[in-house]
Amino acid sequence: MKTTALKVPLFTKARDYLRDPLKKKIALNSLKEILITVLKYSILIGVSYVIVSPVIGMFVNSISSDADAYNPMMFILPKYPTLERYRLAILRLDYWETLTKTMLYSVTVTFLQLFICSMVGYGFARFKFPLKKLWFGCVIFTIIIPTHSIMLPLYVYFKQFDIFGIVSSLQGKTGLMGTVIPMYVLSLFACGLRSGLFIYIFNQFFRGLPKEIEEAAFVDGANMFYTYFRIMLVNAMPAVITVTVFSFVWQFNDVFYAKLFLMPDTTVISKRIASLQKFIANEDNILSITLQELYRDAGAILVIAPVVIVYLLLQKNFIEGVERSGIVG
Amino acid sequence: MSEEIKVTTKSPSENDLVQRNDKDIIQTEIVSGDNKKTHRKRVRMSLTHRRMIVGYVFILPWLIGFFMFYVRSVILAGRFSMSLMDMDANAGGYTLKFIGLENYIKAFREHATFKQVLTTSLTNMLVDVPLITFFSLFMAILLNKKFKGRAVFRAIFFLPIILNSGAISEMMALAQAMMNGGITPTASELSSSAGSGVLAFDIDYLISMFMNLGLPARFVNYLSSAVSRINEIISASGVQIIIFIAALQSIPGSMYEVAKIEGATGYETFWKVTFPMVMPHIITNVVYTIVDSFTDSAVVDLAHDTMFKTFNWGLGSAFTIISTIVTCAILGIVVFLLQKRTFYYN
Repeated sequence: MKTTALKVPLFTKARDYLRDPLKKKIALNSLKEILITVLKYSILIGVSYVIVSPVIGMFVNSISSDADAYNPMMFILPKYPTLERYRLAILRLDYWETLTKTMLYSVTVTFLQLFICSMVGYGFARFKFPLKKLWFGCVIFTIIIPTHSIMLPLYVYFKQFDIFGIVSSLQGKTGLMGTVIPMYVLSLFACGLRSGLFIYIFNQFFRGLPKEIEEAAFVDGANMFYTYFRIMLVNAMPAVITVTVFSFVWQFNDVFYAKLFLMPDTTVISKRIASLQKFIANEDNILSITLQELYRDAGAILVIAPVVIVYLLLQKNFIEGVERSGIVG
Repeated sequence: MSEEIKVTTKSPSENDLVQRNDKDIIQTEIVSGDNKKTHRKRVRMSLTHRRMIVGYVFILPWLIGFFMFYVRSVILAGRFSMSLMDMDANAGGYTLKFIGLENYIKAFREHATFKQVLTTSLTNMLVDVPLITFFSLFMAILLNKKFKGRAVFRAIFFLPIILNSGAISEMMALAQAMMNGGITPTASELSSSAGSGVLAFDIDYLISMFMNLGLPARFVNYLSSAVSRINEIISASGVQIIIFIAALQSIPGSMYEVAKIEGATGYETFWKVTFPMVMPHIITNVVYTIVDSFTDSAVVDLAHDTMFKTFNWGLGSAFTIISTIVTCAILGIVVFLLQKRTFYYN
């Protein structure tokens, strides 16, 4: 049974070509490869779209004007783009001031986390001391235990916090509620936001570094703290970058601790964004919920912008760091 | 006992190092009998002992924090949950009245929504964990190979780690709903729940088609619930993908070479080489996923509201304790089950 299609010269040529079994195999293989590539890229692009689409959606919302917001046919491309949403969102968020304060807070916490967690991780990776296994098990325990199970004791603790009467003499009352200091204290004692995980990452990384570096340092007369600071920490750059990105981003976005310690909205932007919609509705008398949401989305874009910029700047190092830092045991 | 080493050279900082160095070397040879005293008294210690103490100095901040914040908090949370608690809103002092297990009984017998919220969170978690694990393994394998634009895709795939936290995740969810069906969120919500909208896909049709195929109803339900939660699954698997990529990188290339020489197909290579080698990390990922999904589950919100909105501190503590115990129990069971099937290369 010969179909007419096969009589077309191109097809006959192809058929002749495929007679040769070797050539046939090559042709089939390349066809397979093309199909696999198409499949792979379609999966990747599809999933990427799912990830990126909310950001696109928020961005589109944030630049669409009133007419666009009520236009049901508008999708992705607003007809009359405007920057009005950003203007008002920046004004009502006190954007630059709040952002500066949040940055200051997040960067400080990140530095504390980096310093303390790398130190603890190094201690676990390189020194032998009694009960080491037990303590490291406890580190794992702090990773596993959900933070919410200790939130009330932490709340009570920092509400009464008054070591040596310093707090009450400065403030007139005990307790650190309504400030960001509890987070500094927690980070200082390696119990901050996911500190356990950072200790674990550093521990894994330091364990992977060759011992010879330290031995050389020791022979050259460096003491142990000097070795850690000037030699090991510099060599641990991939892990440092990984932890920096994680710590900064999570701290910047965190609302759990901000809510728990009643941190003021003026210093924690992630908390402030939650009330932006209501604030704008009351302050500027915008009653339509659809319009309120546009302002809220503009605010959200403003909040994630710095984080995304940090991530994109460190992205290459970050991914390399993740690969090399042996997050994996 | 104490042996001072004479300092004769000029520059003090260098001297210090040299001096320490000399001492260390001597100390390695002389292991002194009484090393209980600290270095203040210049009692000679062996290097091992000194390293031991330095090790403790390194982990000291964490050790203090662990006892001050974790151990103390866990004990306190237990106490709070077993008592009627009154807190002075201004000074922060509190009084406890021991009432035994009353709060727990109340949580299970009287509270209107707790049981429901707990079971919903649990079932959501049980649906999500295998999906997240396999999705992230699949994605890690895809992203681990070399292809054009890999850097861009990797950057995008790790974006959820940044965006899926705190205040922004709520907004992301809303924006997601919007993107699924046109600009007006109310209309899109309606259309997606009704299963047929202008842009939304007709899900009911697909479901009935699968049913007609004779697939078991439970399986179809699982699949459809999984598909409808694809956004959450994708956005929750950022860290897991990272862990798997790192795991895949750590598999020695020689194993793949052997498999190739022995004539294994890609399928066989995956199941005989890749899968066993990443198995330990599957445990890590499952643990991480369970913990992570519990951290932002509805139970936590409920506990938080019970404590800080209705000021029922004892009951809220009971909620957190119960959910923590349940999480730990699930973790224990899962790790136990997986551990038996795990192959450790090292």
